[in-house]
Parts: sequence; structure tokens; C-alpha cells
Amino acid sequence: MVGSSFGSMTSQGVRWTADQVLALAPDTASRKAGSRLGAAGPWTEAGSSGDGTLWGLCKGSGRTPYRTAVDLADASGPAYSCSCPSRKFPCKHALGLLLLWAGEDGAVPRREAPEWAREWIAGRRGRAESARAAAGTSGAPAGSADPEAAGRRAQRRAERVTAGATELEQRLADLLRGGLASAEQAGYGLWEETGARMVDAQAPGLAARVRELGAIPGTGPGWPVRLLEECALLHLLGQGWLHRDRLPEGLAATVRARVGLPVSAEGPPVRDSWLVLAQYDTADTRLTTRRIWLYGTESRHTALVLSYGAAGRAPELALPVGLALDAELSAYPGAGQRRAALGERFSAPAPTAARPAGTTTSDALARYGEALRDDPWLDAVPVTLDRVIPAPDGDSWQLADADEDAALPLTPAARSRPGLWRLVALSGGAPVTVFGECGHQGFTPLAAWPQGPGEVVPLC
Amino acid sequence: MSRTTAAAPPAPDAAAAPAESWEELVTTALLGTDRRTPPGSAPGTGAPVVLLDAAAAATVRRRAGLRPARAAERPRPAAEDPRPPLPAAAARRLAMLLTDRRGGSATARRGTAPDLMELLPQWLAAANAHGYAPPPAVLPALLDAARGRTDLRPAALRFAGPRGLWLARLNPDWRYALRATPGGASAPPDPSDPEAVRRLWREGLFAERVALLTALRSRTPAAARELLASTWATERAEDRLMFLDSLRSGLGPDDEPFLEQALDDRSRNVRATAAELLSALPGSALAGRMAVRAGACVALDRTGDAPAIVVEAPHECDAGMQRDGVVAKAPAGRGERSWWLGQLVEAAPLAAWSRRLGGRTPGEIVALPVADGWQGELHAAWCRAAVRQRDPAWARALLGEPSAPEAGGPGAVSLAERAELLATLDAEERAAWVAGFIEKHGLSEAFQLLGVCAVPWAAPLGRAVVDALDIARDAGSYPWSFSGVMGLAERCLDPAEASRLEALLAVPDEPQDASPGAAGYWAEAFQRLVTTLRLRAAMLRELAPAEDRAPPGNPGTPRCPGPAQAQAQPELRIPPEIRTPPED
Repeated sequence: MVGSSFGSMTSQGVRWTADQVLALAPDTASRKAGSRLGAAGPWTEAGSSGDGTLWGLCKGSGRTPYRTAVDLADASGPAYSCSCPSRKFPCKHALGLLLLWAGEDGAVPRREAPEWAREWIAGRRGRAESARAAAGTSGAPAGSADPEAAGRRAQRRAERVTAGATELEQRLADLLRGGLASAEQAGYGLWEETGARMVDAQAPGLAARVRELGAIPGTGPGWPVRLLEECALLHLLGQGWLHRDRLPEGLAATVRARVGLPVSAEGPPVRDSWLVLAQYDTADTRLTTRRIWLYGTESRHTALVLSYGAAGRAPELALPVGLALDAELSAYPGAGQRRAALGERFSAPAPTAARPAGTTTSDALARYGEALRDDPWLDAVPVTLDRVIPAPDGDSWQLADADEDAALPLTPAARSRPGLWRLVALSGGAPVTVFGECGHQGFTPLAAWPQGPGEVVPLC
Repeated sequence: MSRTTAAAPPAPDAAAAPAESWEELVTTALLGTDRRTPPGSAPGTGAPVVLLDAAAAATVRRRAGLRPARAAERPRPAAEDPRPPLPAAAARRLAMLLTDRRGGSATARRGTAPDLMELLPQWLAAANAHGYAPPPAVLPALLDAARGRTDLRPAALRFAGPRGLWLARLNPDWRYALRATPGGASAPPDPSDPEAVRRLWREGLFAERVALLTALRSRTPAAARELLASTWATERAEDRLMFLDSLRSGLGPDDEPFLEQALDDRSRNVRATAAELLSALPGSALAGRMAVRAGACVALDRTGDAPAIVVEAPHECDAGMQRDGVVAKAPAGRGERSWWLGQLVEAAPLAAWSRRLGGRTPGEIVALPVADGWQGELHAAWCRAAVRQRDPAWARALLGEPSAPEAGGPGAVSLAERAELLATLDAEERAAWVAGFIEKHGLSEAFQLLGVCAVPWAAPLGRAVVDALDIARDAGSYPWSFSGVMGLAERCLDPAEASRLEALLAVPDEPQDASPGAAGYWAEAFQRLVTTLRLRAAMLRELAPAEDRAPPGNPGTPRCPGPAQAQAQPELRIPPEIRTPPED
């Protein structure tokens, strides 16, 4: 069999759940269209090899059925091929084929691959192999052909950021001199303009924070407190940049990353069986950001992998929640940094009984407090709460320790998500294990497990 | 973060009451340093920076020192669900059916893929027949689905079980679930505990009382009637009407005295309902009075060549008739006398006609000619009587032979009435009649009749429908003229028929006079039909308990009971899952 050197036999006989398949969909329309194709009817000659490749012919509107193939075994993530004209990736046929396979025993029986499917698999695995070989030999990072020129560019950029930070400090001082009450009248315009100045200064991190300030006066009672907090932290960041040469290296790296300078994952690769805890997207007008939380079942370290897509399009990286993948992660620089880059993958994601180790609500907040020492701008830390009960609390909800009189309120955003009700339903008033983000705004649940045996329930 | 309290970290250098100084910082920031000098600073240009420095330190300190809030009152745990958990494959299927929920674009061409949401009612009926408990995390989607579709509610709530009810109490969007359940928040009292029953009857909300009465009626009809009689005089008129209506189930001769007394009620609607219920009791005094009145209007005329029925409609609507529920005022456009006649015949016991008309059977009576154009009025009234008294012999006679030429045309008996008559026959006879009808008259009039047939369709009926669809295709019209029937077939055909449909999947050469492209659309429609049938077979197979699940890939008939048995009710009318109207 071609590609046997990948050692990807773990995917054999392992089926994903429908939810895991649907998480691959690039948008809601594909998700729906794929669901409709996830039944035996339109499919003929569907089959699978033992090592994680699927293929089939899907009847479309034309006379010739589409040839659809999926390679799940590839360590760099699922790969798709379809003869349909769709430009979505994966297309609805690939999703349908995966759903067919996920949904029903024996719907995609093991059999010999037809010629066209064999060619595709052999072709792409061959390419992947040579790419890996190439990456292995040329160890030097790409790009920096002329280190001197790169140094000059970095120097120029740092000067512009410094100019921007100085201007920002001046504007914050002006604001505090006149009083925050005046900011309420000034509205968005003031912040939009300052944000644009920070973009010009090549400090996108500062720009994003400045723009967020504009929204705070409209967030209801208590806005002056929140605005002062964020202004003060922005001031702290500006000061951090201006005095970065006097900071310890870890904190200086954090400041550089927060200001928005380009950073790359330089940490040594850590190989582990990484359990996918949660995956969710946030979008603004320019960019879709996908956040994927991974838990090292041996290292017990929780890491964040980010993936980006153009506005309105799904980021390319998709990992199915509840499965674990044998892979290497490299940390980004900065003290207490959770963010990591996904490196080499040694197998396709596979089911696991592992769950993250949990703790109490008091300990969760203590961890957040600890983390602020390394990164005072941190909004939340990833925490797994053990034995908590979702309880209604006025208009909101909280997660209450089953065994102590202590609870974490949910963040305002988490209250309005449908995941809240899945969590409440799962609990039924009994303790559950909940993974989420814990910070100064409260707790955002992202995944939950029942007290007894049972699969993870994604909440985001 | 209202309930999380900021507290000082244990570090000794932060001993100076931070909460107070934070308030001071916020106040200063609001007013501006030009108006108020921050603590520890000289007024002037440096003051804002001093303020920001202090605020930054305070912010990080406040965040680092966060402590958990006090726990609110925890919800009482949901009651245990003793049912076995859903098999994993079935749980995945349910999630998929619910994912399709937000589809619903009725205008889009349907393509070859099945309509998953339409399969949810069958899925729920089959899961309930097996008595599975749902995976808790799916309950929100299920409750949302049933919120939008009232016809799904009974099965969805039964499947949702105690955890679903527990959840519905926490979310106002799902309040309907509490209304649908007797007693709402609290469990209904044990009907064998007379004290609890009486207390709820006296103190309960209207919906709780209706639910109590209905539940009690289904177990001990007499106890329910006595409970109602105990407070009858003090109930409001509209409540009396609703309560009276709940006596409809389990109606028996014992109810007659109570109903007879209700004929003198203050409310006209209550009187009418009481009369209607009494007329459904052929042995009641009211039925007897009606038999006399109706009999006086209808007679056998033997003077002609062949015996015929002559009708002499009543000349007045006297007080006695009105007391027995006859409405005196005819609707606009109807003659008074024929209006009164219709009501008398409808309420008279059907058994009386045999005696009145020379010992003839219902079939012979229906076959008699009726003089002076009264046939339509008379037969329509008999139809209503047969439905009300659930009399299969009369229903059969009035339905006639399905293959009779007039059965397809605008005869005396409308399709709606036929559907109601069919509902009084048993499932097999119903299916055979409708199959005969379709063989003779095709599908264009069959939708309503198919709606009363038990699911899955009996083999002869299923074959008749498929043959008729095949004929319609050969006729060259577009399939969407038949989309209503097609949709029914997807949901009601026996999945075992899928293999017989294979031959219809090919795209044949189009005949000369066919609508352009019709053949392709038909192939697509049949493709969807086969896909849906396969899906239904898979659905049922997944729900079968592990020990008797058919091996994968075996398309045999599933052994678990079909949805028809699961939802068989004494009042089997159009099953809820096929109540959707045709799309065109």
C-alpha cells in the first residue's frame, strides 16, 4: 500500500461522530448540504481502505456521478478530492461521504480502491512525502535571505511602533485630563481615529485594543470601571513597550506579541497525545480566527492553536473535538504563553478515553491570578473544573462547586450561547466536568463531560 | 462579574484598603485630573500618568485577587430516567435529523437528498416504542424543534422524559412543555388518591384541571364524570364546555343522566356539545327522540316501479328539538327545512334505519333511489352519523366500491367525508379501499385519503401508489404535480419496497410529447424516494436493541415495531407526521 511509511494505522476501524465531521464544514450551507448527502441513496461503489481513505461515486444533477475521495490518514490533516465544480473545501460531497461513513455500520465497506482513487492517494501522499523530505534537509528557516536587511527592517518598524506608543500615551493622558465622562460623548470616532493611527504605526495589537475601548461606554452600567481598567492596561502596555529593554526577557516577549509584532513559534517541539478540547471561531470584518484548545494527555499541558481565514471563510485547520492526535507542538515566545503551533503530526486523530485533569473554582481563579504575573493583559486562562453544577443565578448562570460554597459566574457572552443549554441538560442538576476559559469576566464553558463514563459534549 | 468579589491579595504591601482607593481612582478618572487631583500626585501635567499608573496596578491587583462567588441555590436534580440509553448509532442519527432542522426553504428544488426533518416524527415514534432515554445533550435541540412544530410535541416530550421536563422548567422558551404535561411543575396526583385528586380539582389552574380530568377519564370514566359533576354548577361557561369535551373519550351509557341534565345548561355551546355526545350513544333517550323525529321525515315509497325513499323535511324547529341540540337558524344560503333535516338524521342512531326502511342492510338502503333531489342532503347526513357513531358497516356502504366511476368524481360524498369514513374502518380494509381507488382513479385525488392510512402502508397500497407514480411519469408531466403524494410515499412506504423501486431510477429516453427534462426530474424524485426509504430502514435498524439488530447492509424489514403501531391511538385520524399539506 502506498504511504505505509506514515505509520497511520491508528485510523483503522475508527469512525468519527457526525459532529466531528460537521466541524470540518467550511460554512453552514455546506453543513446542511453535506447532511443531506450523508445517506446511502446518492452513493454507489462507496468503499474504504483499512488505513483511513474513503471514496465513492455521488449522484448529482448530471449524468456522470462525482468521484469523491477523502484521505483521513494523512498526518497533515484530512485531504479531499472531488470531481464536482464546487470551490468549497471540503465540498458537500466529501462531507456527505464522511457522514455516510460516520453514520452507519457497513455503509462504507472495506474494499479494493478503484483506479482513480488509488491514483489520487498515491499522488498526494508522494507529494507530501517529498515535501517532508525537503523540509527535513533544509533546516534553515525560509525567508531571511539577508539577515542585515531584515535587521534594518525590524529596526525601522520598532521606531514606528515607539512613535505610535508615545502618541497613544499622549492621547490617554489627554483623555484622563478631561475625564472619562467626556469619552461617552466623543463616541466611536475618537477611538477609530486613534486606532487608525496605531495601524499606521504598524502596531496592530495596540490598534485592536484601542478600537475595543470605543465600545465600552455602550456596555451598560459600570462602564466607567471597565473603561478605566482597559485604559490603564493599554497604558501599561505602552509603557511596557517604551521600557522593554528593562523588562525580563519573557515579559518583553509578551509585550512584543501583545503590541502586535510578528512572532513565530520557536519553542522546542513537544510530542504528546493531544486531546482536542474545543474549537470555535470568532470573526470580525476582516478575519475569521479559529481557536483550538489542546490538552497533552501526558504532559498535562493545555495549549492553544490558532488558525485564520479570510472574512466569512472557515480557517483551514479543523480538528475534531474529543479525539486525540499524536503530534508535536511548538510554543510561541513569551512567559506563560499558551499559544503554540502545530508541527508534525504522526497519526490521524483517534478516539481516546482521556479527560483533562480537573480542579475547583477557587483553584481556577488562583491560576488566573498566577498567570497575570507573566501576562497582566491576559483575559482568561484555560481550566477544567471538576464536579461543578450549573445553577441559575438571577438573569445569569454560574458553575457551583458540588462540594463547597463557591461558584464562578458565566461570562455575559456564554449566557446567550446554545451551548449553555447543552451543559445544563448534560448536568441535570448533578456534578459535571467542564473545560473552559476562566478570567476576570467569569467563566466561558467550552466542553463538558458527564460524571460517569460518556463522550465529550462540545459547548461552543 | 457582579458576584465575584475583588479582595486584597495576601501580600502585606497591599494592606491599604484597595477597594476604597479604587473607587477614588474611578471617580477621579470620570471627572478628569483637571478637576480633581489623584491621590499621591501633584496637580498638573503629570497627574494623568500617575492616575493611569495607579489604575493599572489596581486593575491587575483586582483581577489577580478575584475569589469565587457564593454559590446560588443549586437546581434540584432531575428525576432518574430508568429507560435504557439510546444506541450510539441511533444517537448520531438523531443529532443528524436535528441538524437539518433549520433547512425549511420550501422553494428550493429538493434534489435527490432526503428531507431529514420530515423523518423526525417517525424516528421519535420508533424510539418511544422501544422506550429509550435520550442523550441529555440533544434535549435543547429537540425541545427547540418541538417548540416550532406543535405536531411533534407529544412524541418529543415523551422521548425527552423527566430530564426534558426538568430542563423546560429552566427556560421560558420551552414553557409549552409544562403546559402539555399534567400538573406542569409538579407531578400529577395519583388518580387512586381521591384526596389529592379533589384538592387539585378544587385549587388547580384551568390547564391542570383539564389534564387531571382527561387523565382520570382514561382510567376510570365514572370517577371523572362524578368529579366534574361535583363542581358543575359553579364552573364558568367556557370552562364547562372544555370539561364536557373531555368526556368524549370513554363515553358510555352511564354518562347519559349527566349529559341529559346538561341539555338544560345556560350556555348554548354546552347544550350543543351535550346533545352531540348523547347522539353518539345510540341507546340514549335523546337518540331515541331523534330517531322518532328523523323517522317521521324519511319513508319508503312502494307505489312506484321500484321502492324509493321519500323525504318530507320538518316544517318547524320546536322547543324540544332545540333542547336536543338542533340549531334553529340556518346558515346563510341554506334552506331552513333541509338544515333541520340534516341535523335530525345526523343525530339519529343508524341502527334505526334498517327497521324503518323494510329491514334492509346499510348497503341496500344507500342503493335506494331518493325522490325529489334529497339524496345529497340525506347521504351527507348519514355520513356524518356514521363518523360520529363510528359505524363501519354504514361507512362501508356510504363509501361504495373504490372502483365505482362516481367515486372519483364530484359525487354526493366529498373526499374529506370519505377520509373520515375510512377512518372508521380497520387499517387493512382502509388500505385496500384506497389502493382500489388509486388503481382506478390515479393519484390526483388521493392525497387526503392516503393521509388516513396506517404507516407503513400495507403492501397492496404501496404497490398501487408506486404503479400510479410510474404511470404518471410515463404520461410525461413534471413530478412536482405529485410532490404531495411523493412526500407521503417517502414517509409512509414500507422501507422493504425500496428494492422494487430500483428499476425506476434510470433516466429513460423522453417520449416526444413529454415536458422537457421531466424524465430527469422523475429519476431524481424516485432517487430521493429510494434514499429516504433506505434511510428509514437504517433508522429503524439502529434503534433495534443490540441482540436482534440485523447485520449491517441487510436491507430486510426491520423487526422492531413500525411507527404505526407505536402511535396507534383510539382516534386514529391523519397521523401527525403526514399532516403537512401538499406543496402545490
